[in-house]
Amino acid sequence: MNIKNKEALRNRGLEAISLLTVIAMWQLIADLLVKNKLFLPSFVDVVLSFLNVIKNGALYTDISVSLLHFLIGMILAFIIGLPIGIIMGWFKGANHIFDPIIEILRPIPPLAWIPFAIIWFGLTHQSAGFVVFIGAVFPIIINTYTGFKSVSVVYVEAAKVLGCMRNKNLIRYVALPSALPSIAAGVRIAMGVGWMCLVAAEMFGVSNNGLGYKIWWHYHLHQMDFVLVYMLLLGFLGLVIDRVFRHYVDDRLLKWREGVVM
Amino acid sequence: MGRLTVTNVSRTFKKEDGAPIGALDDVTLEIKDKEFVCFIGPSGCGKTTLLRIIAGLDTPTSGEILLDGTKISVPDAKRGMVFQEYSLFPWRTVIDNIAFGLLMQGTKKKKAIKIAEKYLEFVGLEQFKNSFPYELSGGMRQRVAIARALATEPQVLLMDEPFGALDAQTRNTLQHELLEIWGKKNVTILFVTHSMDEAVFLADRIVVMSARPGKIKEIIDVDLPRPRDRTAPESNALRNHVLKLLAEERER
Ligand SMILES: Nc1ncnc2c1ncn2[C@@H]1O[C@H](COP(=O)(O)OP(=O)(O)OP(=O)(O)O)[C@@H](O)[C@H]1O
Ligand SMILES: [Mg+2]
Repeated sequence: MNIKNKEALRNRGLEAISLLTVIAMWQLIADLLVKNKLFLPSFVDVVLSFLNVIKNGALYTDISVSLLHFLIGMILAFIIGLPIGIIMGWFKGANHIFDPIIEILRPIPPLAWIPFAIIWFGLTHQSAGFVVFIGAVFPIIINTYTGFKSVSVVYVEAAKVLGCMRNKNLIRYVALPSALPSIAAGVRIAMGVGWMCLVAAEMFGVSNNGLGYKIWWHYHLHQMDFVLVYMLLLGFLGLVIDRVFRHYVDDRLLKWREGVVM
Repeated sequence: MGRLTVTNVSRTFKKEDGAPIGALDDVTLEIKDKEFVCFIGPSGCGKTTLLRIIAGLDTPTSGEILLDGTKISVPDAKRGMVFQEYSLFPWRTVIDNIAFGLLMQGTKKKKAIKIAEKYLEFVGLEQFKNSFPYELSGGMRQRVAIARALATEPQVLLMDEPFGALDAQTRNTLQHELLEIWGKKNVTILFVTHSMDEAVFLADRIVVMSARPGKIKEIIDVDLPRPRDRTAPESNALRNHVLKLLAEERER
């Protein structure tokens, strides 16, 4: 216990030292070598700009707008992608119906949809959400499909012998829980892709607010320290979302998988 | 009631290249209510196939099976099954696994859990009520699987080498427990095994099957009084008899 604590403490220490070193080097390079705020804002510049966006309240609007876009896209991707993946994976032959459509649409990079997003939805939140949706829906479909395809026959047959016969019940009580690890992995991938699409969509002016939009806006004003603030925020938020999701899923939904090599 | 009539059941599978392979060939057998029948035979002789057909998970190529005069076609809770592989739902706790069949029958959750608790007690695993299957040993898992199969009160219990993966000690204990349950529950048991010792210890009758395609080679009545003594000379004689029959099959 004590030794373990010590080790943990030492590791934390190493991490802190490493981080501080990078920050110090960054500051020195910016101050002494580059000496140009446009090319490389220093750490202090960034911190000051950060305090600035907190003070004028822009940060909260931007974060909430971006999260709104993200949520619209992710929820839509989930409620459309999950059933499609389930139908493709469970009903024999159904994948022949969906496969051609998916294989045509999937290779199109999500950002290529931006013009249509603007034509269809205008410069709205829905428009940004749509681009996120396009990026997120395919990983969810495909992972749900694979998860359902790899449901062990033994579980399905055990359920049948116990009187669980109808497709609806077999899906709900056997296939879905069994495929959950794969679906959860799909949602995580989808969130990563969706986050990227979100930034790009906002940059293209699909919306008039949000973290991605602000990067572009400050770039036009040549305020690269602000650009960097928003970059770091995007990275940090993406990390937090992923962590929270994983924590929730592992703790609540996949408790039964403890002891399985991930 | 759990009287099974197996008439002229054959099952052929098609290989990848379309060539047929016979798994069961013209199996005819009558199993009385509350009888304990063991099936023994070389690997691949169709024991699992026969059990699956009786469960309703597979359909025979020809022939039919009646349970108390009614033809079997689809699975239902009248025939419980314990599989050769571990088949507990890993995402459900022990108690939820046992209650599953009851819930599927529409029993209210509270009542289902109550009944499940009774069966959990039956197999002596009360303190693992809220554990997940990964937390159990192999023997415990099979105990839970048996409890799960019994909870819906099936008339016939199909057991496919349920103790095959267990060590001899655990195996003996579970055999005793199974006989105890069988005595209390009045259920017909069809039990597949590779072990003549197990067959001689458990069965009223032993069905010895021949190698592919599976046929019934001989049906042996085990008229030994229970509780049986594994080391009694009569037991030994029976074991040797079964051993001889199986050796003949291996030579073919
Ligand atoms: N779904 C299937 N498709 C094709 N062939 C099958 C299928 N299921 C079983 N068989 C074949 O039928 C034969 C009997 O198989 P079965 O599983 O019933 O044997 P078994 O007696 O249970 O063997 P073991 O003792 O090894 O469990 C085997 O030759 C097997 O290859
Ligand atoms: Mg088998």
